Parts: sequence; C-alpha cells; structure tokens
Amino acid sequence: MVGAAELSDLATGSAVLGAGGGGDSRTGLLMALQAIETFGPVRVVSFDDLPGDGLVMPCGGVGAPTVSIEKFGNGAEGRRLRDRVEELLGRPVVALMPSEIGGSNGLLPLAWASELGLPVLDADGMGRAFPEMQQVAMEVAGVSPNPCVLTDERGNVLVIETVGGRWIERVVRAVAVEFGARACTTEYVLTVDQARTATVPGTITLARRIGELLRGAQADPVAELLAELGGFRLIHGKLVDVERRTSGGFARGSAFIEGLGDDSGRSLRIEIQNENLVALEDGRVLASVPDIITVLDNESGAAITTERLRYGQRVSVVALRCHPIWRSERGLALAGPRAFGYEFDYQPVEELHAAVA
Amino acid sequence: MRRSLDLRLGIDVGGTNTDAVVLDREGRLLAKAKVPTSPDVTRGIVAALDGVLAVIGEQRSRISHVMFGTTHATNAILQRRKLRRVAVVRIGGPATYSIRPLLGWPPELREAVSAGEVIVDGGSEFDGREIMPFDADQLARFLEPLAGRVEGVAVTSVFASVSAEHELRAAEVAGAVLGPEVEVSLSHEIGTVGLLERENATVLNATLTPVVQEVNEALESALGSRQLDALVFFAQNDGTLMAQEQAARFPVLTIGSGPANSIRGAAYLTGIQDAIVVDVGGTSTDIGVLANGFPRESSSPIEIGGIRTNFRMPDLISLALGGGSIVRAEDGRVAIGPQSVGYELSRRALVFGGDTPTLTDAAVAAGRADLGDRDRLAAGDGLLAPALAWADAALADAVDRVKLSRAAQPLIVVGGGSILVPDRVPGASAVHRPEHFDVANAIGASIAMVSGQIDRIFHPGRLGSREAMLDEARALAREQAIRAGADPRTVEIVELEELPLAYLTNPAVRVRAKAAGPLDSG
Repeated sequence: MVGAAELSDLATGSAVLGAGGGGDSRTGLLMALQAIETFGPVRVVSFDDLPGDGLVMPCGGVGAPTVSIEKFGNGAEGRRLRDRVEELLGRPVVALMPSEIGGSNGLLPLAWASELGLPVLDADGMGRAFPEMQQVAMEVAGVSPNPCVLTDERGNVLVIETVGGRWIERVVRAVAVEFGARACTTEYVLTVDQARTATVPGTITLARRIGELLRGAQADPVAELLAELGGFRLIHGKLVDVERRTSGGFARGSAFIEGLGDDSGRSLRIEIQNENLVALEDGRVLASVPDIITVLDNESGAAITTERLRYGQRVSVVALRCHPIWRSERGLALAGPRAFGYEFDYQPVEELHAAVA
Repeated sequence: MRRSLDLRLGIDVGGTNTDAVVLDREGRLLAKAKVPTSPDVTRGIVAALDGVLAVIGEQRSRISHVMFGTTHATNAILQRRKLRRVAVVRIGGPATYSIRPLLGWPPELREAVSAGEVIVDGGSEFDGREIMPFDADQLARFLEPLAGRVEGVAVTSVFASVSAEHELRAAEVAGAVLGPEVEVSLSHEIGTVGLLERENATVLNATLTPVVQEVNEALESALGSRQLDALVFFAQNDGTLMAQEQAARFPVLTIGSGPANSIRGAAYLTGIQDAIVVDVGGTSTDIGVLANGFPRESSSPIEIGGIRTNFRMPDLISLALGGGSIVRAEDGRVAIGPQSVGYELSRRALVFGGDTPTLTDAAVAAGRADLGDRDRLAAGDGLLAPALAWADAALADAVDRVKLSRAAQPLIVVGGGSILVPDRVPGASAVHRPEHFDVANAIGASIAMVSGQIDRIFHPGRLGSREAMLDEARALAREQAIRAGADPRTVEIVELEELPLAYLTNPAVRVRAKAAGPLDSG
C-alpha cells in the first residue's frame, strides 16, 4: 500500500531514477497526496496479483515543464483515459502503470489510481525517464502503441491510431501544444502476461526503497545508495560549469564536474538532452544511455534535475545499470547513444567501470 | 506627495539590532546609531531614531525621506500573530483541481489565515488563450456568505503573468460583493511563474496587510512625535524601495529585505558593482552575491514558516558563525556555535573579562583585531586557533559555493562581526572592509533605488524578432519602475534573463527584466 507517508520516499526515488529529467516531482507528489487524502491509499501489485489477460494501462503526462508548474491538471484525466480505453477494447482495465517512473510522471498514475480504486502495477515503461514517448520497453517488445488516447484538463479526448511509435511522439506533441502545452496520455495498453516481459518490473518498489534509504542514511548517503543498488560513482566533486541551449524542442547542454578529495585532478563532462545522456572523462565514455546517469547532492543524496544544476554544487555523479531490455538490439536502436545522435556504440556501465578500475 | 531629496534617514530592524543612519544629499554619512531590537520593535525604532537625531540636532527638519527595512512581516508569519483571515480564490478550474489551494500548509497556519478556498473556472494558457472563460457568478456565490467576515481576498489565476485579465475581473467582483473597503491581492502583482508558490505568496500578502498597517502607524507616530515630516519608503526583498502606499498593498515584499539591504549597502560603501558580500553578525553570517549592483536572486523556491513561495529573495548561504559564536571542546574536538553570546559579547567574551571563549576572542588571538585585553585569552588556549581555522574553512567553502564562475571575485565584508574574516580568502581577489561596515544594512536601505520588474512569457515569432521581444520587456520593466517613483531620466535595465520553454514547436520564452533608478529628486 502507498499512503501519504510513503509518497515522499517515492518522489525522492523517482527523481533519482529520472536521470536528471522527468520534471518537478513535487507537483506529482502533491497531486498524489491530495488524491490519497480524498480517496484512500493505493495498492501496488505485482504480476501474480492480477489476472494474466487483464489490461494494464500505462499512463502519464507530456508537455513543457514550465507549463506543468502553472497548469498541473484536473485530476479526472486518468478516469477519462481509462473509460475510453475500456470502451475501445471492450474489457476492463485491471491496473494502471506509470509510462515513466522518473520525476513527476512516476507519481501521477498513483493519484489517478486512488480515485479509480484501481491498483498500480509495480513496473513502468522506462525504468528511468526518456524524452520521447516511444522510448518504452513496450515498444522494444513489439507491443502496439494503439490505441493512444489523449486528454486535457477540460475534457477534450482524442484517440490516435498510428503506424508506429515514432508517429505517436510527433502527433501527440502537436496536439499537446494545442491543448496548452500539456496533455495526459495512455498508449501501449497491454495484458498482464505481456507486461511480464514488456515492461521494467519492480520500479515503484525500487523508487520507494531509494527514498527510504536516503531518508535514513547516515554518513555517506551516496555510498549507501550505490552499495544497495550495485551502482557506480563516476566522480565525486564540484559542478564548475553548466552550458545550456534549446533546440528542436529539447533543453540541451553540458555540465562539467571537477573532482574533489580522492578524485582531485579528475574532471567529468555530462551531455544533457532533457536527461543526462553521456558522461565523459578526457573524451572517454564512462557511462551512456540507456544506463541511468544521475547527479546527486553529496550531503543528502537527493537527485538534482538538469534544470537545477548550478555552479558550486557538491555532487556525486552516479551511474545505475538500466534494465536488460534496453541492452537488446531493439532497445539500443531506440534509446542507445546512436538514437541520440552520438557516434559510438553502447557499452554497459559495469564493463566501462571495470576497464577504468 | 513629491518632495525634493535632502537628508535621508535609513532604519533597519534586524533580529539582534536596530540600526539608523542619516545621509546627506551627496550620500555622506552624518550620523549612525545601533540599539538592541526591542521585543515590541517600536521602542527600538524610537531609540535608534533618537540616537541619530541627537547627532544631527537642528538639521532634523531637513530629513526629506525615510527608508525603512523591517522583519515585522517575517515574524508575524513565524509566530502566527496578527494575521488576517482572507478568502482564497484561485481562477484555474477545471485545469488545476488536482492540487487544491493551501495543500501542505501547516494546519494551524491555514486555520489562522483562510476563511475559505475556492477554484473558479478561468485562467490563461501559456500563449494567452483562455483555458476557460472566467466564471464571475461562481465567484460571487462563493464570496456572498463571507461578506462582513473577511477583510481581504487573495486572487491567483493560471498564467497570470501572461494575462492578468481574469484576476482584474475577479477584483471587480470582490469589490461588488464584499464592498470597496475589502483589500484584494492579485497574484500577477506579487509572484512569478509557478502557480502554487505564487498563490502562497499572494495569500500571505493578503493576510499580512494589518501587520504592515500597524508598523506604518508606529513609524508615523514615531516620526510625528519627533516633528519629522518626510516621505516614507519601505525596503523590499530584492534590495530596492517601494513607496509607503505600495508597502501597504504588498507587505509580503518586505520579507527578507535585511540581507538585500546589506548587500546594497556593501556596494554603496565600496563603489563595487560585482562582488561577494559577507555579512557577519553576532550569531550568523550571510554570504550573498552582488551582481551589477544588486543582490543576485535565488532561483530555487524559498520557504517562509513552512510555506513554499517564489519571492524575489537574494540567493544566500547562511552559516551559524558570528562574532558571538561560542567556542568549546566537545569529544576532544573543537566545536563552534550555533549558540552565541549575542548582545552580551561585550561582557561574556574572554577579551572583555568574561569566561566564554568566542570567535571574537579567536580573531583577537590571531591578531585580526585589537580589542579588549589580550592577556585574558589564556583561558581559550588550544581552542581558539583551531576554531578560527575551522571558521575560515567554512567561510571559504561558502564563498566558493555562492560564486557562479571559477574566476576570483572581490569580497566585501560588512556587519558587526567583520573582524572574523581574514585578509585573504581563497577564491577572493581582494577583501574590502569599508568604513561604516557595521551599519551597512541601514545605509543599504537609505540609498536604495526604486525598481520595477516583469516576468512573462513572450512569443518572439509574433513580435517579429528576439530583439523586439527584449525591447518590449525592457520597456515594461522601465514603466513599472517609473510608476513606483524612479526618476525617468536615470532609470535603467539592471537585469535581463531569457529562459526558453522546452517542448514547444513554436518558440516561447520566459523573460525576466528588472529596471531600477534613483528616487525622483524633483
């Protein structure tokens, strides 16, 4: 069960898994808080708790982060999406699931599920945050994105049938701008049996565990977190520069970190496109998408999103292994370095780290 | 209401001390006074006022302007005292039902402040379209039962920074239903982008009105009883001034004016426009940044008494280190503060014959100041040098954190505890110690400029070009500053920031512009 007390842990963990993106998890937290106060706690369930042929509805919000801190939503979007999906498919939805665990989107489906009295499946479509809608495990596994249903806070509902995931991203983006640069969507609806292999499992529990761990951590929260998750500290240091630019609708840029203490003399560069995509040292890749690169505050272990990176912050840059589905050929074609325009092949972070150590 | 500038009186009410200064037209300091802040605040103000008046004597009639910085509003929120119950109105239905107004407020503060909350239909999109038409009837129905029971209304509409139309119409409805004497706070005049934080600030503003009214009356009576007839200005949290009438309407903007004043005062006393400012008090030290003559503002949300806001507050790092911080041994290590001997420094510190080792003693032992009786320092043997080294390291670290770039910058030290700061600080190109450093706050208040600011979303495509967009932003900010009392001949743009919105196919840009100028001297 996730009640009001567990939500802030979940928000902390969602931010860590967000790889610097996913938007302000605080609005998601407040939405879930209000829903749970009003409608009661949400049951988080695993595959075995649900009928194998039951429908799971992946869902969340898309749009400009600046808009979502002004116009955060009505609350009934989840109900409208669920009702239309059931009408289109002629069967009940048995659980909701975040399309993306990272940031605000990791919490929004909990708010909706509380109102609907539905459980939330302990899984998500990414295991992290990605900039585009088709960058989900369901697409890797060959699940159809159709029907994609889109709604706004007023009650406009749009059903989209596309020839493939890339078109969802293009059409939804155009419609979302008309809606006022924010929309709520569901796509890649699938059965529980499909979800066993076509999602990233266990991520709600994982996000909560990360939150609990950081809340209770003693001397070195980052070290405790990495020990628990089997992650890697790429550098411990100070943020010395951030460059930003916006192109093609994405916030792009680079962050530079200089080592402190044992890492004195080292320096790291992070390449950013909404999320942290690649970490480099002297031109050598230390980690890259789809592995999760997150910048953590050294003292609290809390994640710092890309728009909040600033000179002088004392940080640890950490890398967490992505789910194996992302390391498949199709996964890398969708969300590997080359999918973001980099001219190198993906290597798993643990191999890169072994080579350095 | 216009009076040409002659002598100006600056008063700063801080947590420990109330300072007053008198400056002449050329900005020369004629008198200064420092007295302990009294529990009722007003007596401290009168004492500080009398302190400077005694020095300038017959010239008191030449005081033309009074600039006042105060912590009254902050204290009222922290202590939940003298707050007024207000109607909380959000224009954001159906787009914002998912988070209701005041969600997450401490319950007893919500109880003290809110007479009821409503979300009515309306609000603007980021591009100026209506989300929904404004529902005036719905608002009237909510307000009718509150007539006679509330004295204030806080109105916040979605993307009010893009279009304020619905807020202005709500103000008309409130006036018609509740009567013209009920004061209405509108969010577009108070906060920036970020609905929940702006709404919180607007509600705090509406609830604080009586507090600032009371301060105004106390100040008027203090000035009147001393036969002073001057124009009164209040210091704002961004280091600029607003007219007394403005302060009465926007009391929330007085919160946090202290640090802003000391940063401005540091700029004035040194003539430096870009620097790091370290304000060392008795209990704590604030480290802020002077950028282009103004305090750099924080980009993160600021919490006041447990409420998240997006006030225009200086970006500060505060350390629990001050001249009165107590130095002691703990588990075989040297520990400093956070306890301080405070205003009892001149009695309890070792150099002054007391028995409590303080950071002031450590500074004297290291030869940074020649105070009191050095021979009494033996009681702090083995403690003082490591304590000072620790404080130096903490300061150097904070200075480095607050900087925006690697380049070394000058450092200006002000405040009563300035002697703690060494002559060389890592990351600082030079350490400046201006004369009258101890009353930099009050000086900052009295020399402050008048400003105007906008924070809006622009669509450069519609305006023809990026340059046209920036020109419009500059013109709007200038207009605001002149309306607030700045001299149109000298007002200038002091801050311009563009933040492009991600995700959109047609570019939209959030632009913040601030203009400021000296008071119109007639």
